Amino acid sequence: MTLSVSPRLATFPFPFRADSYRYSTNVEPARVPVETEAGSWGAGILHLDDDYAAELAERRRILAADPSRLQVLPHMRPAAWDALLTVLRELHAQHPGSMSLEQDGPTFVWRNSLLGVEQRFTEGADDSLPGGPLGFLGSQIQDDVVLLDQREGSLWADAGVVTFAADWSLGFDVGMRFLEVHGPVPRIHEEGIISRAERFLMRLQPGEECRRTNWSMSVDRRLDQSTEVYPEWGPDRRAIVDAGPAELARRLHLRVEVQHLIRLGASGAIMFLIRTYLVALDELASVPAWRERLGRVLAELPEDMADYKGLVRYRDAAAHWLLDT
Amino acid sequence: MTTLALVVGHSEEIAPGIRELSFSRTDGGVLPAHPAGSHVVVDCGEGRRNAYSLTNPGADPREYRIAVLHKSDGAGGSGHMHSLRVGDTVTVSRPRSAFAPVSTARRHLLVAGGIGITPMLAHARDAVRWGRDVDLIYVHRPGSEAFSDELAALLGDRLAETTDEDEFGRLLDKALTGQPIGTHLYVCGPGPLLDRVLADAAAAGWPPERLHLERFVPAALDPGREFVARLARSGRDVRVPSGRSLLDALHEAGVAVPNMCRQGVCGECKVPVLAGTPLHRDEFLADDERGAAVMCCVSRSKTETLEIDL
Ligand code: HEM
Ligand code: FES
Repeated sequence: MTLSVSPRLATFPFPFRADSYRYSTNVEPARVPVETEAGSWGAGILHLDDDYAAELAERRRILAADPSRLQVLPHMRPAAWDALLTVLRELHAQHPGSMSLEQDGPTFVWRNSLLGVEQRFTEGADDSLPGGPLGFLGSQIQDDVVLLDQREGSLWADAGVVTFAADWSLGFDVGMRFLEVHGPVPRIHEEGIISRAERFLMRLQPGEECRRTNWSMSVDRRLDQSTEVYPEWGPDRRAIVDAGPAELARRLHLRVEVQHLIRLGASGAIMFLIRTYLVALDELASVPAWRERLGRVLAELPEDMADYKGLVRYRDAAAHWLLDT
Repeated sequence: MTTLALVVGHSEEIAPGIRELSFSRTDGGVLPAHPAGSHVVVDCGEGRRNAYSLTNPGADPREYRIAVLHKSDGAGGSGHMHSLRVGDTVTVSRPRSAFAPVSTARRHLLVAGGIGITPMLAHARDAVRWGRDVDLIYVHRPGSEAFSDELAALLGDRLAETTDEDEFGRLLDKALTGQPIGTHLYVCGPGPLLDRVLADAAAAGWPPERLHLERFVPAALDPGREFVARLARSGRDVRVPSGRSLLDALHEAGVAVPNMCRQGVCGECKVPVLAGTPLHRDEFLADDERGAAVMCCVSRSKTETLEIDL
C-alpha cells in the first residue's frame, strides 16, 4: 500500500481531504496519527526531522538579524516559562535517549545531545537562559511559537518567537486580539469560522490539546516569508510564471503548517505551535494521489482565497503541470 | 472528559467544621497542572458531584488540595467528604479554570469570606511567586481562621484579616476607594458577601470587567437520554445509549460518518434529518439549518426516534 518514498514525503502532512478546499474551523484532537498515501504524521505534538539542526541554525541567523521576531509582553513571562518547561518535558518524554530535563529545586539542567546542548537555568530567572525562556524554547524545536493570553472575553497574541511566518509579522501582530490577527483573511469572518474558533479555544481546559493544518505555496525552500523580508521573496512569485515546466515543478513548493493549540496548565495561556513543512511539486508528484488532488484543489480554489494566499499568478500553471503533464 | 482515580493522602480538620484533603496518584506521579483559581469536580457518593477550589500550587502538582466546609445537616455531599480518610479512593475531574488571575492587572485585590478563602490561597501564592502586587481581605468567623498562618507568612501586611463585620466594611471601603486604576478585584465567599462586595464596588465606580467572582464551569456535556437513530436508506435502527455520541453509535454499527473536531465546531459530521426533532448542542449549524440537519458528534434527539438520511 505505502509507496517507497523519501523520509520527507513519508512524514509530510498532506492536508487535503477532498478535491476542493474551503476554510473551516478545522480542529481535531492532537496526538492521533493520520495515515497518508506515503506514510503517516501526527502521532506526537513535536516532530523533529532530518532538517532539525539546519532549521534551528536558520532561526538563529534570522533572530540575530532581526530580534523583533521574538516578542514577550511583560505580563507573559509566566506563560513563557510555562511554555518552555512544558515543551522541554515533552521532548524529554519523546526522546529519552537523547534529551533530558532534570530538576533540583528551582534549578534545571537541560541536555539535548542532538544539538550538543547542556544548559543549566533557574526557573523564573530570564537571564539564566540565552534568549530568555521563549528565545531558548525557539532554539530547541522547529516550530514557531505564539502564546495567547485570555482575558476580557478574548484571546490576545501577546508573545511569540516566529521566524518562519507565511506572509505575516509577529512584530506587527503582537498585542492584538485573535480576531484582529485574522483581520486580513477573507471569508472566515462572514462565515463565523473565526469567532467559532475563538470560542472553542477559550473553552480549552488546562492540559487540553488540539491541532489543525493550514497550507499555502512558496517559491523555493524558503521558511522565512515574513512581511519584514517581503522584498527577498515576494518578487519570485511573479518571476516563477516565466519558468519552464521543469523549473516550475522544482521551485514551487506546497507549504503546510501543522498547528498545535495547547492550553498550558500553570499559566493558563494558550500555546500555539506552528510547524512548517515544504515539499516541491516534482517531489510531491511521486505520490500520484497527491499529485492529482493538489492539482484539482488548485484548479478549483476560489479567486479570493488564491489571491489571499498569493497564488493567483502561478496556480494555473501549477495545476496544469500537476494534472496535464 | 476523563476523570482521575486518586487516593486521599491527607485528611485533617484544620478549623472547626473545615476539613483539608489532599488527593494524589497511587504512583505519586505528576497530576495535570492548572492556573491559580482552578477547581476540580469530586464524586461525593450517591451520584452527587461537587466543585472544590484547588489550594495547591498549580505548576507540576503531585497532589491536589481542597478544603471542605461541613454543612450543618451534612447534606450536599459535605458529610461524605468529611468522612474521607487517608487511603480512601476518590474520583476527581481534571482541573478546570474559570477564575484565573488577569495577567495584565496592575494590582490584584482579593476578598474572601469563610471557606471562600480556598481559591485565594492559590491566587496569593501565584502572585507572590511571579512578583504581582496583591492584597487580601479575609473575613471569617471567630476561631475559624483556616490558612491564616500560611497567608500571613506569604503576604505579611498585605493581608487584612478580621472576624468583625463592621471592621470588614471599613477594610473593604478603604480598599475599594484607595486602589489605583487597573486593579482587578476577585471575590469568593457566601452569597450575601458576594452581593455586598459587588454592589459596593459598582457604587465606588469599578467597571464590571475588573470584577471577578469564583464560578464553576460545567464539566463537559451531559450524557443525555437514550434514543434510536433510524437509518432511512437501510431501514436499520441504531440504539444510541446515554453517554455515547450518535457519531460513535453509528461508527459501531458500521456506518462511517466523516468527522474531525468531535466538538460541534468544524462542520464535518453533518447528517440530514428526515423525521424527529434533534437536540442541538453544536456551534456550527445556522438557525435555518437546524430543522433539517444534525451534527452527530455532539447533538442528540429530543424525540425517541430520529430518522436520518444515511
Ligand atoms: C482553531 C484555530 C484557528 C483557525 C480556525 C484559524 C484559521 C485561519 C485561517 C483560515 C487563516 C488563513 C490561512 C491561509 O489561507 O493561508 C489564518 C491565518 C492566520 N492565523 Fe489563524 N487560525 C486559528 C488559530 C490561530 C492562532 C491561535 C493564531 C495565533 C496568533 C493564528 C494566527 C494566524 C495568522 C497570523 C494568520 C495570517 C493572517 C494574515 O494574513 O496576516 N491563528 N488562520
Ligand atoms: S466532528 Fe466537527 S462538528 Fe462534528
